[in-house]
Amino acid sequence: MSNLQVSVYRYNPETDSAPYMQEFQVDTKGRDLMVLDVLHLMKEQDSGLAYRRSCREGVCGSDGMNMNGTNGLACITPLSDVVKNNKLTLRPLPGLPVIRDMVVDMGLFYKQYERIQPYLQNDTPAPAIERLQSPEERDKLDGLYECILCACCSTSCPSFWWNPDKFVGPAGLLQSYRFLADSRDTATRERLTSLEDPFSVFRCRGIMNCVAVCPKGLNPTRAIGKIREMLLADAT
Amino acid sequence: MSNLRSLTFDAIIIGGGGSGLRAALELAKSGKKTAVLSKVFPTRSHTVSAQGGITCAIASADPNDDWRWHMYDTVKGGDYIADQDAAEYMCSEGPKAVFELEHMGLPFSRFDNGRIYQRPFGGQSKNFGEGGQAARTCAAADRTGHALLHTLYQNNLKNNTTFLNEWYAVDLVKNANGDVVGCIAMCIETGEVVHVKSKATVLATGGAGRIYASTTNALINTGDGIGMALRAGFPMQDMEMWQFHPTGIYGAGTLVTEGCRGEGGYLVNKDGERFMERYAPNAKDLAGRDVVARSMVMEILEGRGCGEKGDHVFLKLDHLGEEVLGKRLPGIVELSKTFAHVDPAKDPIPVVPTCHYMMGGIPTNIHGQAITQDESGNDKIVNGLFACGEAACVSVHGANRLGGNSLLDLVVFGRAAGMFIEGALNEGIEYLDASESDIEFAMKRITRWNESEEGGESIPELKAELQDIMQNSFGVFREEKNMQEGVKKLAELRGRIANAHLPDKSNVFNTARVEALELDNLMEVAEATAIAALERKESRGAHSRYDYPDRDDVNWLKHSLYFPASKELKKRDVNFKPKTVDTFEPKVRTY
Repeated sequence: MSNLQVSVYRYNPETDSAPYMQEFQVDTKGRDLMVLDVLHLMKEQDSGLAYRRSCREGVCGSDGMNMNGTNGLACITPLSDVVKNNKLTLRPLPGLPVIRDMVVDMGLFYKQYERIQPYLQNDTPAPAIERLQSPEERDKLDGLYECILCACCSTSCPSFWWNPDKFVGPAGLLQSYRFLADSRDTATRERLTSLEDPFSVFRCRGIMNCVAVCPKGLNPTRAIGKIREMLLADAT
Repeated sequence: MSNLRSLTFDAIIIGGGGSGLRAALELAKSGKKTAVLSKVFPTRSHTVSAQGGITCAIASADPNDDWRWHMYDTVKGGDYIADQDAAEYMCSEGPKAVFELEHMGLPFSRFDNGRIYQRPFGGQSKNFGEGGQAARTCAAADRTGHALLHTLYQNNLKNNTTFLNEWYAVDLVKNANGDVVGCIAMCIETGEVVHVKSKATVLATGGAGRIYASTTNALINTGDGIGMALRAGFPMQDMEMWQFHPTGIYGAGTLVTEGCRGEGGYLVNKDGERFMERYAPNAKDLAGRDVVARSMVMEILEGRGCGEKGDHVFLKLDHLGEEVLGKRLPGIVELSKTFAHVDPAKDPIPVVPTCHYMMGGIPTNIHGQAITQDESGNDKIVNGLFACGEAACVSVHGANRLGGNSLLDLVVFGRAAGMFIEGALNEGIEYLDASESDIEFAMKRITRWNESEEGGESIPELKAELQDIMQNSFGVFREEKNMQEGVKKLAELRGRIANAHLPDKSNVFNTARVEALELDNLMEVAEATAIAALERKESRGAHSRYDYPDRDDVNWLKHSLYFPASKELKKRDVNFKPKTVDTFEPKVRTY
């Protein structure tokens, strides 16, 4: 038989006094399924199993979770990438409160995103057509704007675990730099001022877990480094 | 019943995708008490998956481009049942809406002169089909939907829009006069059910591709707004018109943008032949999507398909080179590697026509007001109900949507609905309150699932059956007997769904209950589609019948209008009266 052993985190606050791990046997028929497909098969066995999912192709960021110890998106993670000895352990993203099973409360994560004012600010009157931007200026946004807010990075970051209320975290800082780097944005000074305290940016210790797990191949640590440079240049 | 909590808004927008967020932005700026109610966090909506771009005559790639040419392409692409006043509005207002997006921060790709990058897409022409291929699709690499959705969400944050995220709208609430005065909705996190009172209810719930077994659509695309409107007794327009996108990845169904062919990619059969040259000598791989999808199926049926089973064709991109692929199509490179195990810089991608887009939906005027018919067959506005985006049928897409016109539809008509509602609220809207029994009526469905008992069939199995029926009987090519079978099977399935069992009755984040409620909506959409497809006895746009292979302008240059209570299909006139240009008269459609 090709039964995969899956151990999954379960917790329903209405019926469980504490979380526990539940064992499933999933018949993959020998296929190299995505982890999300395996969750669907498990839900057919137990309809109560709760997890988020939407696009099933790695662009919406719904199904970030911890698979055999590493954060990633279930829909684009093939079993062959994570399963060892025919075993798969699934847990919710670490460090955020669990609502039910694999579903975490993303409130703190979104709050840090909102804090960096994630929208273009430009105090000059808009022209009748688009604002012009050279291809070179536009290239600076590559590797930044593609973030899907899946929270894989921030929830793998020890600095975010310790100070989720004060440290913006890799996802929020990546977006902060996305606007700092945009030739069309005129709020650079205000953006930097709001980040100069000892926690918002400077709690990053360069551990680089964020880079290792980002399912879109983005590099928040590099963006944080650029913000630091801008803050230091601004201070001198 | 009276213990149901109520929330009161001037306007409630159901759905947090492109059109819902664009409508919300307009209303948030106006200071009206507005909320967006979305079953997923807004940036998880299906708009995020749009790849190739937003088609609009902003005159960047070609300084002489003209919105009238875009309008001509749109009307022709829709096989002449797009409403010409609506197509005129979309194409002429489009540039304003696109420039607004850029001002909001959308990171469009750029030309050397700093203007927005535009690429060629299918069905595009210059000078009313006489001037060759146009390049009119504004793009942010091949992640335009993602860039657009995030930009709109960010600007809603900036304007302090109220969000009810991870809330599920169950059914519309109508008062004694038949006006829509709100909805019943459930907070998914707590399971609490509330009565949302509103003077304007906007259905921006997107498409329903999940009625098919193979679709490019997200798992959440279950036609919730269509189901709600049908259960409330309102008609649906042109539901037989489903677009099958030529290039879904074989096996996985994930989308590969038409932009690949816009950038110079092409389709080949097992002999390596570029077969579109035979079917569309001029536009070739950039003919209308319906034309390309049918050609692919013909190749497969005639034994020239690729692979062991000969059941797909190949999309060749390797000749574009790694630089173009990396710069213009980076998302496609990722998706091909993940879902087809193919590096498109080296090998072709196996593709097959896959359900992609619902041209039909809730009939509306250009202000987003929902429309029904009175006894004598005249249009009648439904008070309080609005729709925009894929859930609506304005109709700008007619029988076949052009690539890149979906994102434009979202922002143009989301914006239009927002502006109209603001004006109407300023003038004052007063409807009769819903009574206890009106609310109870809208609660029927959720009560039914909560009281369902063991012995009923399982929800995932019934869903799979529904998807197989639609796939087998209402695909790219259709035929009377097979469709009759399908309609019969669906009628029987409806009875079984009415007795199906929801095993998990818990409150907190109960996704099984959401899936049960979604199944009801899939059922409504599937039946409307099936009956409309059976009744339209001609071939037009995406609706191709073996038994009626020709377009029949004498009898069917019409919208179809499906009425849920009687399950009857009526006809509605297509608008041929644009305000500022001459009518585009129906012609034979060739590419």
